Amino acid sequence: MFAFLANPDRFMAFSRRAAPAFGVLAALLIAAGLWFTFVAPEDYQQGDTVRIMFIHVPAAYMAMFSYLCLGVASFLSLVYRHALADAAARACAPLGAAFTALSLVTGALWGKPMWGTWWVWDARLTSVLVLFLFWLGYMALRAAIDDETKAGRAAAILALVGLVNLPVIHFSVEWWNSLHQGATVFAAKAENRLPPSYLIPMALMALGYTSAFGSLWLVRIRAEVWRRRAAVLALQAAEG
Amino acid sequence: MFDFDAGKYALYVWPAFAVTVLAFGWMIADSLARARRWKREVEARAKAKS
Repeated sequence: MFAFLANPDRFMAFSRRAAPAFGVLAALLIAAGLWFTFVAPEDYQQGDTVRIMFIHVPAAYMAMFSYLCLGVASFLSLVYRHALADAAARACAPLGAAFTALSLVTGALWGKPMWGTWWVWDARLTSVLVLFLFWLGYMALRAAIDDETKAGRAAAILALVGLVNLPVIHFSVEWWNSLHQGATVFAAKAENRLPPSYLIPMALMALGYTSAFGSLWLVRIRAEVWRRRAAVLALQAAEG
Repeated sequence: MFDFDAGKYALYVWPAFAVTVLAFGWMIADSLARARRWKREVEARAKAKS
């Protein structure tokens, strides 16, 4: 799959159809997810704030998944020095930063009525904030170095270092005493798992968010390929 | 059928959905605008070259 898409022409032909297809799939899944979000019963403890969970949990999952995508693209870029992998890494960053910010903001909007505070320096919240800072650092580092090749390599190393944070986020609720709740979607104990009335909207929204990310990532990689082609053409024109 | 009445939690529920809509709106608009801009740029430069 990677080898097939590594060819820019094949990637552009594939993404031309795949990006809108993922976009339509995302719209359908999110529409269905919103339907189930607003027919789900109120939670006996959380009341109507449980509906925030259906947009917060998928955003948090996407924050981590998009960073994993950045890590894979950065690894391929560093090892194979492939321009398309570097373009994919660069294109991923603004989307990942947006999903991470979304998870922090929606989490705060749930936390205030349920915990009585917008923010606590809890292991889960703090490690997600660190993830957001990694996204900002990645984009800042790329922007700070004029030579695009050097910028790409430096940013790829930073992205790989940041991968260490993903298991910290995931296991933070087990490793430390945390205000944040533990696993409920894939909980080991049956009594901790979500009932279908909550699992269905959450799963639909998570799949919808993933499809939306796939579609937008492809669009942004295409933009990045065109940007680099424009730079080459500009250089050729300048050289006469 | 639909429960849009968030009661005393409306102050938190609706801003959460609003900020989600804004974030998705920005991601979609920025991605499409970027793609259109650079595609046009390539086409213009390729035309000028030929």
